[in-house]
Amino acid sequence: MTAIFLRDLRLALRSGGGFGLTLAFFLIVIFIVPLGIGLDTAILARIAPGILWIGALLSCLLSLDRLFQLDFEDGSLDALLTAPIPVGGLVATKTLAHWITTGLPLTLAAIPLGALLYLPSEAYLWITLSLLVGTPALSAIGAFGAALTVGVKRGGLLLSLLVIPLYLPTLIFGAQTVLRAMDGQDPFPPLMLTAGITFASLAAMPFAASFALRANTN
Amino acid sequence: MKRLNALWQYANPAKFMALSEKLLWPLAVLTLACILGGLIWGFFFTPDDFRQGSTVKIFYLHVPTATMATGIWFMMVAASLVWFIRRHPVSALAAKAAAPIGIIMTLVAMATGAIWGKPMWGTYWAWDPRLTAFMILLVFYFGYIALWQAIEDRETASDLTSILCIVGTVFAVISRYAVNFWNQGLHQGASMSVESERAVADVFFYPALVSLVGFFLLFLWLLLVRTRMEIRRQRIAALLARGT
Amino acid sequence: MMPDLGQHADTVLLAYGVSAILLLGFGFATWWSAKKTRDALKAAEALIKSEP
Repeated sequence: MTAIFLRDLRLALRSGGGFGLTLAFFLIVIFIVPLGIGLDTAILARIAPGILWIGALLSCLLSLDRLFQLDFEDGSLDALLTAPIPVGGLVATKTLAHWITTGLPLTLAAIPLGALLYLPSEAYLWITLSLLVGTPALSAIGAFGAALTVGVKRGGLLLSLLVIPLYLPTLIFGAQTVLRAMDGQDPFPPLMLTAGITFASLAAMPFAASFALRANTN
Repeated sequence: MKRLNALWQYANPAKFMALSEKLLWPLAVLTLACILGGLIWGFFFTPDDFRQGSTVKIFYLHVPTATMATGIWFMMVAASLVWFIRRHPVSALAAKAAAPIGIIMTLVAMATGAIWGKPMWGTYWAWDPRLTAFMILLVFYFGYIALWQAIEDRETASDLTSILCIVGTVFAVISRYAVNFWNQGLHQGASMSVESERAVADVFFYPALVSLVGFFLLFLWLLLVRTRMEIRRQRIAALLARGT
Repeated sequence: MMPDLGQHADTVLLAYGVSAILLLGFGFATWWSAKKTRDALKAAEALIKSEP
């Protein structure tokens, strides 16, 4: 289990696909927003939490198709599925590795990128907290989507079409947390709901994903 | 139990084909009678609403299709569960056949709602919880159909779409209540509930009920036709695979 | 025969018209592809019989 985890981390780091590409994509999404919206400070500050969340969500999607694809193509997924470790545990390990290489750096990058969008400083804490709490759900749900589409060649577009609808609750609660903090309302209810979705996804999604992996490999 | 077993035998494709063949025409006639009956009753023989004027006539299209749009999704969940538990091929194919019908019902409900919304609310679209819920429903239908189309092997596709349907339902329902976080919307509450106090007068309710039955029968008819089509497609694929 | 629809006549008729187009169009598309599938199955069965 630890070996798989370390191997996944190493692979992500070596290919540059982990930290580098995801963060660069996040930066680009945030960068094109003022170009498209215009440079109105008040509007940008208002939409900053939503844009940061949408940017994180899209960046997360970007790296999902690699989650099982390589192992599936070289046959090592079959070997892993027949190995005497629970498949749910395997998926959970891969989810964790994915989060460390995408969700965590995205969370850390949120404050500097938020500053580009004039995100008010009282929201810094909340954008970081909400992303920290919410991005594990993105990885867990994404692992399920990746497991569904692992057998599809060039399934990136399909994967996005399947996974984005599943991201809606996390996005709504995550962005609401920050917006409420900016409006001086209580940000805890949406934050708690984000955490609830994360815990439920972490508990349930590996099983759904392992079912999908088995269906795809027999 | 014996009755149940008698029902399960239609999960056998050949038996299903034989039975559905006999049902197609009577069902078509009954469907037309109910839809036309309900709509004509509603359009020509009901008064205008004192606030909404003649636009209340859109009710007979909007509410039945909206009810079916969500109802069809839950039928797909049920069919997916049956596929999981008993692995009846007809069940998985019926879920596949139902999805496009669900999309059309969703589109009709959204189109009539938008047209109705313009004079009543002053806008075609509002990000009201109920309207957003239909947008969510629509993207879930799209994803479900896209997954079916992407995977060639029928058993694998049945497995994967079933799990997507069930997992998706959980997320769709959470999203439906998550949007309540924004604010209370423009849309009125449920208008055709049986148990609670009805929000609509009887004079509007009964034609709408006939129309709802009609749209349900329309769904059944389309479902039979499309399921038969899917079974035939499988048969063609099997024949061609054997031939080569 | 036609009821007086008042100021919202265009709204009501548009709603009925759009619904009719969508539903009839879908019904026709379903019938058409069902027919094509039926014919294709017949052709496939004939093909299998002809070359045993």
